[in-house]
Amino acid sequence: MTRPPLKHTTGSEFTRIYAVGAARGDVVVPNDDIVGPIDSSDEWIQQRTGVITRRRASENLTASAMAISAAREAVNRSGIDPSEIGAVIVATISNEVPTPSMAALVADAIGATPAAAYDISAACAGFCYGIAQADALIRAGVARFVVVIGAEKLSDVAEPTDRTISFLLADGAGAVVVGPADEAGISPTVWGSDGSKWESIGMTKTTKQAFTDADTQLPTLRQDGQTVFRWAVWEMAKVAQEALDRAGITSADLAAFIPHQANMRIITEFAKQLDVPDHVVIARDIEDMGNSSAASIPLAMHRVLEEHPELSGGYALIIGFGAGLVYAAQIVRLP
Amino acid sequence: MAQSKDEVLAGLAALVNDETGVPVESVVFGKSFAEDLDIDSISMMTIVVNAEEEFGVKIPDDKVQELKTVDDAVDFIVGAQA
Repeated sequence: MTRPPLKHTTGSEFTRIYAVGAARGDVVVPNDDIVGPIDSSDEWIQQRTGVITRRRASENLTASAMAISAAREAVNRSGIDPSEIGAVIVATISNEVPTPSMAALVADAIGATPAAAYDISAACAGFCYGIAQADALIRAGVARFVVVIGAEKLSDVAEPTDRTISFLLADGAGAVVVGPADEAGISPTVWGSDGSKWESIGMTKTTKQAFTDADTQLPTLRQDGQTVFRWAVWEMAKVAQEALDRAGITSADLAAFIPHQANMRIITEFAKQLDVPDHVVIARDIEDMGNSSAASIPLAMHRVLEEHPELSGGYALIIGFGAGLVYAAQIVRLP
Repeated sequence: MAQSKDEVLAGLAALVNDETGVPVESVVFGKSFAEDLDIDSISMMTIVVNAEEEFGVKIPDDKVQELKTVDDAVDFIVGAQA
């Protein structure tokens, strides 16, 4: 039997980020508001994490609502028509239901229907995983424009008495539009996982257990701080260096370093290990905004561009890392 | 290259001082990192990673939890070098 060859597609050789959008939680939560249940102090939190305040969303403000706001801003600023969007990807651990996806809701709300829409579960690396996918989809000709969103409402999984991670957690959403370009605006992704450390960041129990346990308390986040700190600085410094090497540049060529906003101590030690030169702007959004997992990199990028518009067109090293453990890094040209 | 306990102590004290500013003369046998020297868990991990490089040993994550005093750390490093 003869069979006709299948047609296939290829897209633009290069891609770039066109625009960034952001939506923050609407409530400023200072350390003094959360130190009681952990028998701690403002000074203790600041010393260990560098966090002074974090943004959290009020009860009726959902992660998907913030995702829609951020995506709308990114699409408006990009100048593209929503009908040109071929895919909407939401990186999140905050979807309120296992299915359907948050992405389908966002796609419809921003006028992108019938764009492909799906969520990805890569925790704090989720945004960079999404950038990897957007870049690949566009270069493969599967989509012309892709909206990538990181959206979280982590206050829903923060346990007030937890001393390992909860005091870091924040709510918000950041979004970018990725599309074709005349020159490379997104470098090869360096990414991976280490499931041998699956238990080092995660939930206190399964969702099913929450319904069968006598206390019926929902699962919350926890981490082994020391293990994660060591991995996040010294292992991720190697990943970041590999991303620079694969992009064919050095840290001296960067305009900005925008790591996942995990903890100020991680960011500071990370920059030290990478030997980031003084002229490079280092995103330190965590200080007053907290750690919003998948949303933290696009939120920090949005702020860097608001505060330093002259960096537009320059290179930024972005690296996400978190529960899985999983990680991903790229060099991107700032919109 | 095995070092004596005093040599390891001197090297460790320098690493502690570098990370935390605690004077080297305060880092002596009998002191607890957390309680006596006020070193938090994040600084402790930075010291551990630097100690691995300085002394050419591996200090696994689960072992770090057990290194509560200067004596624990020096004994572990001397043992790992042997």
